[in-house]
Amino acid sequence: MKDENASAPLLQVRGLVKHFPVKKNLLGRTTSFVSAVDGVDFDLRQGETLGVVGESGCGKSTTARLLLHLIEPTAGTIRFGGRTVGSVALPLKEFRRQVQMVFQDSYASLNPRLTVEESIVFGPMVHGIARHVAQARAHALLERVGLDPVRFAGRFTHELSGGQRQRVNIARALALQPRVLVLDEAVSALDKSVEAQVLNLLLDLKGEFGLTYLFISHDLEVVRFMADRVLVMYLGRVAELAPTEDLYTGSRHPYTSALLGSLLSMDPDRRTVAAPISGDPPNPIDPPAGCRFHTRCASAQAVCAKGAPGLAAHSREHWVACHMFDAGSGHGSAPAKAA
Amino acid sequence: MTGSILEIRDLRVAFTGAAKPVRAVDGVDLALVPGEVVALLGESGSGKSVTLRSILRLHPENKTRIEGSIVAAGIDVMALSGAALADFRGKTVSMIFQEPMLALDPVYTLGAQITEAIRKHESGVSADAARKRALGLFERVRIPSPERRLDSYPHELSGGMRQRAMIALALACNPKVLLADEPTTALDATVQVQILLLLRELQRELDLAMIFVTHDIGVGVEVADRIAVMYAGRIVEIGAVRDVIRAPRHPYTIGLLSTRAQGGRLSGKRLPTITGSPPDLASLPPGCAFAPRCSSATSACLEAAPAAVELGHGHAVRCIHTAAVA
Repeated sequence: MKDENASAPLLQVRGLVKHFPVKKNLLGRTTSFVSAVDGVDFDLRQGETLGVVGESGCGKSTTARLLLHLIEPTAGTIRFGGRTVGSVALPLKEFRRQVQMVFQDSYASLNPRLTVEESIVFGPMVHGIARHVAQARAHALLERVGLDPVRFAGRFTHELSGGQRQRVNIARALALQPRVLVLDEAVSALDKSVEAQVLNLLLDLKGEFGLTYLFISHDLEVVRFMADRVLVMYLGRVAELAPTEDLYTGSRHPYTSALLGSLLSMDPDRRTVAAPISGDPPNPIDPPAGCRFHTRCASAQAVCAKGAPGLAAHSREHWVACHMFDAGSGHGSAPAKAA
Repeated sequence: MTGSILEIRDLRVAFTGAAKPVRAVDGVDLALVPGEVVALLGESGSGKSVTLRSILRLHPENKTRIEGSIVAAGIDVMALSGAALADFRGKTVSMIFQEPMLALDPVYTLGAQITEAIRKHESGVSADAARKRALGLFERVRIPSPERRLDSYPHELSGGMRQRAMIALALACNPKVLLADEPTTALDATVQVQILLLLRELQRELDLAMIFVTHDIGVGVEVADRIAVMYAGRIVEIGAVRDVIRAPRHPYTIGLLSTRAQGGRLSGKRLPTITGSPPDLASLPPGCAFAPRCSSATSACLEAAPAAVELGHGHAVRCIHTAAVA
């Protein structure tokens, strides 16, 4: 692992699927599923921040939980540094030491009966680090995330503000010296003035500890600020994957364009006059056949209801799952198939 | 102000349930003319929702101390009680909430809830007539297949549709003032835009006065004529949307506008921040509540709460340093 090829992804996700059972018949057999994540592929490269955006129900949080095996995938493989997660080569416990998560709800994700210090020390001690070493590390981390250890180490979580609690969560995630942080809506519950502080902290920590981030958020402005590349999800599938500025200035997928079109202008003379798409996202229990977006898509044609478009390279780094960009798909706007 | 449909004067709200009273609202003055939309902008704990709820007297009386005056459509809200208060709610002033799932009754159909509201407030309306009006309201908020949806229960609708149903319910008795408490915060971006456009359209057609509470400046800019920025229970800046967005004068407003992560990151750029965190409302400092976080604070800021400084065109700021610059 020391001589890792620079271009090999740190984390490789292939064919990730998660179906949640929702209904059972009289015999106790499951009769319907929510396909929360349905065939997701992506790579997380060493040192990058990969943003994941999408609306509620698109599967972005489920993907995060699957990554850490907090829930078991129905299908798919996750490889970390070339080794399959959960195999003998990379047991789950070792993987989780290297990949840590910060959740949206800073209060629910901390044990209310533990002090700040005990919360941070717990993980390293489980992994066999001596208490005094773990304590010293906890104090250094508290200092680093901007909480004076003398004042905060002995406090309980209810004595902290939302921003302070999220700093504790970040310190706790870093206590195992991981290589990857999965940030699932980590700043979404914070007020704007506090959010900016935590975003700056995350940027600083990334440089300092050489971290790789998977940054999940519904806030497109925050993702644009944080991410190097952005993955757009819709109803359990990847719609588009591209370098951040490519995506924000030259999105290809109609869903991405609608999402970006829903951003508010902040300019009283350029108020939104028409909604880019109508209706709510469909129910993931019974998702539309073919391309899952075709029921809301202005460019949809007959082919879109038939087959699901695969993720195809539009340019070297820009991937789109849309029949309009798939040569020979049968969509009127698709480029002609190269001979 | 003459001709105002809603006038709040020196509103003070303190919650007395805890050991120390929490001063959630600390002297708010606000007046709306008919058909005007004011966005009440602030972070959590700034008192924006408490101000809004005071207008309908929704706070538990035994644990709340309210002072000041509120007059809505000529009715002295503070003097209301019992049946008169129940009649006032929904008929003169109505409200929509952030979470329709909590605001709507889960065991009655949407149609039943709307017809009940109409028949309770207007005696002599038959059940059929009320149902017809409910159908009209559902068409107006553009719920697809409205006839069928009237017989749906709240849990059978998607989030966006539930929010539309709640708007229909709020408008059922033709109120003159609509209070909106973060009605789009829980919605997805593509749905939020649809609801904002709907509210703006209905507000114009019905000539409603509206107070729109939000933490999102972008939402405020989208719907409001004026923006009032709240901090620690006071309106620290108020003015026409253009003035507040383009030429903010209070250090807090300036800070809020600059902390937004907008337009992406130029290589390695950090976000400008407001240091510290919002104050404890149970022990507010005697002076300007923002002073401990303000980079231009001087010792004079800590002495007394700053009075509002008029900058013209209804733009007013509570900061002692603003007068010197103006």
